[in-house]
Parts: sequence; C-alpha cells; structure tokens
Amino acid sequence: MSTIPTVEIRNLNKTFGTGDNAVVALDNINLSIYQGEIFGIIGLSGAGKSTLVRCINLLEKPTTGSVLFEGVDITNFTDNQLRKVRQSIGMIFQSFNLLMQRNALDNVCFPLELVGMPRKEAKERAKELLKTVGLADKEKAYPAQLSGGQKQRVAIARALATNPKVLLCDEATSALDPTTTQSILALLKELNKKLGLTIIIITHEMKVIEQICNRVAIIANSRIEEIGTVDEVFRHPKTLAAKKLIFPKGEYVESISSGGKCLRLVFDGSSADRPIIANMVLKCGAPVSIVFANTKNIDGQIFGHMIIKLPDDEEVFRKITTYLEIENITYSEEKDYV
Amino acid sequence: MFSEGMLLLVGKGFLETLYMTIVSTVMAYVIGLPVGMLLAVTDKEGIRPSPTINRTVGGIVNVLRSVPFIILLVAVMPITRLITGTSLGSSATVVPLVIAAAPFVARLVESSAKEVDRGVIEASLSMGASTMEVVCKVLLPEAKPSLIVGAAIATTTILSYSAMSGFVGGGGLGNIAINYGYYRSQTDIMLVMVAILVLIVQVIQEIGNFISNKCDKRIR
Repeated sequence: MSTIPTVEIRNLNKTFGTGDNAVVALDNINLSIYQGEIFGIIGLSGAGKSTLVRCINLLEKPTTGSVLFEGVDITNFTDNQLRKVRQSIGMIFQSFNLLMQRNALDNVCFPLELVGMPRKEAKERAKELLKTVGLADKEKAYPAQLSGGQKQRVAIARALATNPKVLLCDEATSALDPTTTQSILALLKELNKKLGLTIIIITHEMKVIEQICNRVAIIANSRIEEIGTVDEVFRHPKTLAAKKLIFPKGEYVESISSGGKCLRLVFDGSSADRPIIANMVLKCGAPVSIVFANTKNIDGQIFGHMIIKLPDDEEVFRKITTYLEIENITYSEEKDYV
Repeated sequence: MFSEGMLLLVGKGFLETLYMTIVSTVMAYVIGLPVGMLLAVTDKEGIRPSPTINRTVGGIVNVLRSVPFIILLVAVMPITRLITGTSLGSSATVVPLVIAAAPFVARLVESSAKEVDRGVIEASLSMGASTMEVVCKVLLPEAKPSLIVGAAIATTTILSYSAMSGFVGGGGLGNIAINYGYYRSQTDIMLVMVAILVLIVQVIQEIGNFISNKCDKRIR
C-alpha cells in the first residue's frame, strides 16, 4: 500500500432537493481506498451507495466535502479536467449500459474514440481486451445477441480500454445468476491481480464482498456504519446494520431467547477439526442449544459461524466464555440481533 | 376523363408534390434535428439541464405548432415572397412547409432522443464523453431506428400539408385536386388525386418502417 490513497473521500455530504423536500443521501462520508485494493461498499437499497460511487467520478456533485484522486482534489475540476480524470476511472453497471446499436468490438472502441485513438489502433486494442475477458469470438455480436454475463464482460473490456487506475462496479453482478456472478467476480479478481487494478464494488450481496473484497464499508441510513477488513468485520460486526447485512436470515434476540444469553461463535480453519461445542458442553456441564449454524467462504478461507443459546445462569456463562477464550474461539454476546 | 393533357398535368403535379415534400422534409430536419437535440439535452432530465433555454425554445416550438397550417400559409406570405420572390407555385410552398414542419420535427427528434436509455448516457459520461460527443456518438446513433420512424411520420405529414397548400396557389397534386376536383366539381379527378396521395403515404411509411427495422440492432 502506498501512502497516498488512490481514492479519498473527505467529509462528503450529498443532499437532494432543497428546503423541506431535502433528502440526505450521504452524511459525512470519509473513506480512503488504496492502490490494488478490492474495496466493497455494501448496503441495502436506498442506503446511498449508488450515490456514493457516482460521487467518486463526480457524475454526482457532492453538496459539501471533497473527492481526491491520487491525492489531487478533483471536486471542483472543470468539465474538461473531469473528462480527463474519468478516463482513469472505469465504471460498470448493473444494467451493463452497452451501446445497443454497436457491436461488441465497437462498444470497446467507444472510449478509445473519445480519447482520439486512431481507428486501426483502437480496433487492435479492443480485440485484445475482448480476448482478455474471454469473448474473442464475439467481436461482431450486438449486445442483444449476448447473454447477461457476456454483456458484462464487454462492459468490463470497455471500462478497461483506457487503462484506468480504478474500476467502479455499481451492482455489477446483481442482474446475473449465481454461476455467472461467480465467473464475473473471478474475472475481476484476476484483473486486480494481473493489472494491479483498484476495484471498488458496490453491492447489496454479502456474498460478493466475502468472495473478493479485501476491505469493506457498511453503509446504512446514508452513513458509513462500519469499515474494516472483511475478515474483521465478519468476525466482529459491531453495528446492527453490519449484523443484518452479514446475517440476513437472522432474527431479533427477544424473539428466540427467553432469559438465556445468545453467543455468536466464529471458527476459522484452525479450529474446524476440534470438537469445540461437544467439549464445551462436557467441560462446563451445561446444555446449550444451537440456534443457527453455517459456513462461509471469505476470500478463499472457510469460516464456521454459529449462534448458541445458553441457560439463564451467570455462572455457566462465565465458565463458557472462559473456555472459549482458552480455546481461542472468537465469540461475542449478542443482545439485539443474531 | 383523362385526356393526354390531364395525364401530363397529373404527372407534373406528382413530381411537384415529391419535390415539395422532399425539399421541405430535408430543410425541416436541417432546422428541427439540432433544435430537437437542444430540447432533449437542456431538459431537466437531460445531460445539460437549462430551464431558460428549454422553456424559450420549447415555447417558440409550441407557438409555431399551434398555428393552423392554413393560417400559417397566408401569414408567412411576405416572408415567402422575400425568400423566393413569389407566393405562388411549389417552391413558394416550401417556405411555409418548413416553418410548420421544423417545430414538429424538433418534437419528434426530442422524443426519440429521450427514448435513449439514461444508463447508456451515464456510462458514456463516465468514460469522459463531452456533451457534443454524447449527442453525436450516443444519442443520434442509439436513437436512429426511432428517428427513422419519426422521419417517415414527418414526411407524410409534410406531404398532406403540401396538398393543403393547393388552396393558396401552391403546386402539386393537392392543387389539381382543388382546382379540378373541387372548384370544377370533377369528383373523379379529386378521388384519383386523393388515391395517389394515399398511395404515396403508404409507400413512405412502409419504407420508413423497413429501414428502421433493418438498422435496429436491438432485434434478434
């Protein structure tokens, strides 16, 4: 990581409308994203994440605050200056947004035309890019003839044509089926590794974050509620917003617990082959009920995740937490939402 | 009823009608296409919202569109005389036709341009396209099928306007229909003229639809 963030957002606010009709879309956002990162921004619809990503390339003008690209404040750039900057920031969308009257090759040529690259050279480069995204045989196909995944591949090739430093992905996989989503995410990861491309991913799907992001910001009610490495946020979600996103199938504690406390346990690969729960029950001499359990694959690492309900007994609670600490298991007591 | 002289007259009328229609349509597009694009771009949902420009230009367009063509024909006669030196004949008719058709064309173009997916425009802007580049490289090509259908509608409308100009001494099939069919009560001649006009409209519409479908890459 270099010391200057590739993208930095400082005290950014965005309000739509004025007076009584004013709607706050973004409230005091601060973010630094570094070169080579895959940074996720996750939130439910209406949280403000799409507005946030549009503020990065200034398709939306922030109401106050500033956006820095490679250390340079671009918030007040003129249109001409902005057009130059935008050539260094690629963007892909949920609905692909390809030019419907141009074939795949000409779609990829489009940004090259904008920078004035000679037609022949542009075609060569476009062909190469289509090969990179695995569509060498679809040069002449029009978007209407391509599947969703293929369209997004063309869009990625197009976004990469001008060698951007950053790729913004606005719900880029939300319109795709799970298998296609996997292949697009794999492609993004490969591009990140091969080109050192910084990728900023906006999504409402935790799966996407778990799979390829290094760090994540959780956005809810127009604010960043939590920010950290994916691993860390997953192990210790601090806010309700984070828990709801990470465990979308969860419930409020009062609905399942009558008196007893709920614990969230997270196991990583190192504890997978030990009978933790069985030993815990034996050693502490207390029955626990398992409310929920599953496994998650975060950035290639397998995590077990379990919610257990303890008997309503302080002594047992103390014993069990001590045991978990000795066994080095990440746990947290959950009071609101599990 | 159709003497050799009459046939020649009809032939000449046909050519005059084509001449008026084609020249007027082309000129109406020379004016209407940029104006329509200006309206689409300066709309509050457009890429360069400008309420002042949009309301001013839109207002002029509305005023011109609400004047009945037959009144416009007479009202612009001084201007017609200034430009063509006469207020009679097919060339003279072109002037009021263009004045009436250009605002209509502008609205057609505006609506075609607004049909272009907002997301595609946003994508172009994110790649650093200027307003002019969005208009020329995105709005126009992406709206092409719709623009062509619009052009067929505009052409047929102009054709029927051109027939109306027969009342004030414009040339063409309309003039023959009025002078022979209406004033001299030769209903058969009037019917034949109308039939020819109907046929031309059909042909133009079909050609428009055909080209539009042919060039639209969204199909299949």
